[in-house]
Amino acid sequence: MKFIYDPIKIRDVLGNKIQFLLGDMACVYGGLLAGVSFFGGYPITPASEVSEGMARLLPRVGGTYIQMEDEIGSIAAIIGASWGGAKSMTATSGPGFSLMMENYGYAIMTETPCVIVNVQRTGPSTGQPTLGAQGDMMQARYGTHGDLEAIALAPSTVQECLDFTIEGFNLSEKYRNPVCIMTDGEVGHLRERIVIPDEKDLNLINRVQATIPKNKFIPFTDSQTRKNCKVPDFPTFGTGYRTYVTGLTHNEKGFPATDKQKDHEKLVNRITTKITDDADNLVMVEKLKLDDADIAFVTYGASARPAETAMDIARSHGKKVGLLRLQIVWPFPEKIVSKLAKQVDKIIVPEMNLGQIYHPIKEAACGNCEVELAPKIGGEMHLPSELLKYLGVK
Amino acid sequence: MVEIKTADQLNKKYLREGMWPTIFCNGCGHGTVLEYTLWAIEELGWDMDKTVFTSGIGCSSRLPGYINADGLHTTHGRAIAFATGIKAANPDLNIIVFTGDGDCAGIGGNHFIHAARRNIDMTVIMINNFIYGMTGGQLAPTAPLNSIATTAPYGNIEPPFDICNLAKALGANYVARWTVNHPYQPIKSVKDALAKKGFSLVEFLAPCPTAYGRRNRLGDIKKHWEWYDNNTILIEDYERIINYGSEKEKEEVKNMFPIGVFQDLEKPGFFEQYEKLVDRLMIKKNKKPVKKETVISR
Ligand SMILES: Cc1ncc(C[n+]2csc(CCOP(=O)(O)OP(=O)(O)O)c2C)c(N)n1
Ligand code: SF4
Ligand SMILES: [Mg+2]
Repeated sequence: MKFIYDPIKIRDVLGNKIQFLLGDMACVYGGLLAGVSFFGGYPITPASEVSEGMARLLPRVGGTYIQMEDEIGSIAAIIGASWGGAKSMTATSGPGFSLMMENYGYAIMTETPCVIVNVQRTGPSTGQPTLGAQGDMMQARYGTHGDLEAIALAPSTVQECLDFTIEGFNLSEKYRNPVCIMTDGEVGHLRERIVIPDEKDLNLINRVQATIPKNKFIPFTDSQTRKNCKVPDFPTFGTGYRTYVTGLTHNEKGFPATDKQKDHEKLVNRITTKITDDADNLVMVEKLKLDDADIAFVTYGASARPAETAMDIARSHGKKVGLLRLQIVWPFPEKIVSKLAKQVDKIIVPEMNLGQIYHPIKEAACGNCEVELAPKIGGEMHLPSELLKYLGVK
Repeated sequence: MVEIKTADQLNKKYLREGMWPTIFCNGCGHGTVLEYTLWAIEELGWDMDKTVFTSGIGCSSRLPGYINADGLHTTHGRAIAFATGIKAANPDLNIIVFTGDGDCAGIGGNHFIHAARRNIDMTVIMINNFIYGMTGGQLAPTAPLNSIATTAPYGNIEPPFDICNLAKALGANYVARWTVNHPYQPIKSVKDALAKKGFSLVEFLAPCPTAYGRRNRLGDIKKHWEWYDNNTILIEDYERIINYGSEKEKEEVKNMFPIGVFQDLEKPGFFEQYEKLVDRLMIKKNKKPVKKETVISR
């Protein structure tokens, strides 16, 4: 049974255009709208609702859901499914994300599109299973070994869980890189109003399939059909291209080149610069009241919500506070933060961890303004009043 | 199309030029397992555009690289989980997993167990050389008692894993074990495994002279290969002796490896069951009256 993307059926299964929905469930909706046809997952709080939603809805649109034996198997299966031609997805939280790290690197090395939803909870280890955190932000970027570029989005609302899952698929298909949706237990377990976007507004991106004659096709090199594009065309298994895919350092043909410095350099340079070269197209931020600001919050995900409230209260006290919300966190929007650092006197970074995205922010600010971390851990969000203290408002 | 009669013709048809020489040592059994598998594919007349070879990490897991077909060389122990996804995305593909004893019975044991239990449609060919060959001879979970490995320098005290008995207990549709010494039964067995719906396992006992034979004093390559003839027994004979044999006979076969077909069933494979589930949902759905769109306001 091969999956056929049928927008009418998908919308029928999703139901009403406007709904009051759980954040995790919005990731399910986003996946289905993007055309996911394979989901492999393993239960873990606070991400289980994604698996449960997929188990319920995916077979109804003709896709395949399998509860795998663990998270290593889950990510392995979605990578395999991607090579079989599926848009594929998994969802997990900290402990599972840690287990996925080896194959996350495999997906990067083999340029396999797939989406990993991480509904973050506190850590290290089992931590506070039901409570939200932002402690895996660096893990998404540096958690697997070797040189790589990561793509990660951080939703702040339930609507964004839906929208960013779609966007995550688009970016994953476009760059042939795994994409992490770094939500958290707060947003994942929040219920809010969502609007299902119309078909015409989706603008889905699908990987470019290999089409050139088989004897001319080179699987791991710049696109052979698009100019100035370092993302190779995709030879889906079963289409006759007979591609060998390996996580070993490989040459352009895909064959192991484990003892060749030049091949390794060329490969890793291509799979990283295919993303960094296009960094300007990978910026997604929200700017709030920054025009006249001399203090700015720079934050993302759940932390942006109390920060926005604190900003509004501070403004009512005459403080010129703004907010830069990172929607795509990786690649890090360095230019924007660095420009902001030249404009404001101070950047405050609320995070539900002991300082992660604070570091690239500080690096981008490069001494042009003060950068202060506003950490909160233990599974509670910042209170606006706690953030007001950083602004000198009582 | 030319009829394939010789190993040379077989290699020309199925192997990738440009990947030679292989990484395998002299006297390694892996190449022979590949040859048997290709003969089975040839006899079945499988379309190599629709056949995907998956593997983990290890010398044995390098086999897909030599075959002119789609291949997914994955991470250590995880090939079966990757293969599950490939098959789910496109059930029309034939899936073969090449794996080692360390890859499959060691680090990947859990994926093996659950794929066999789910009866996922794939054939796993596990090459058991009693050792971690690629990394230089560390202890494998299949190593016989008292055998020597770099990490068991005073002899192995752990009871070894019998992967066939495990697969049988899990209800896998097809389970067989052979050695690399004789082509005919194994080729037929691989053919039966490939043609089978659901999960099938063929285990090959194969020599690794470099990392196992040498250290365990099994002699030169020829002697090492002969070891498999002297230490295996057909499962039918084994079971007869265990059930009805004399004490002396039992003692003689006690440490031998039974070979042959351990299980041959016709249970539906996972994807057949999944398709039924989807059909059931679609029918139910179509019967339901169309719901009017209601707008839930905030
Ligand atoms: C996660 C991980 N752990 C360890 C290794 C190192 N490693 C590579 S191959 C191998 C053993 C392979 O043994 P087996 O599967 O029996 O294959 P053989 O080489 O004997 O054919 C190990 C431990 C690895 N590549 N990845
Ligand atoms: S080390 Fe052993 S398993 Fe590996 S190629 Fe050599 S003989 Fe074969
Ligand atoms: Mg081995």
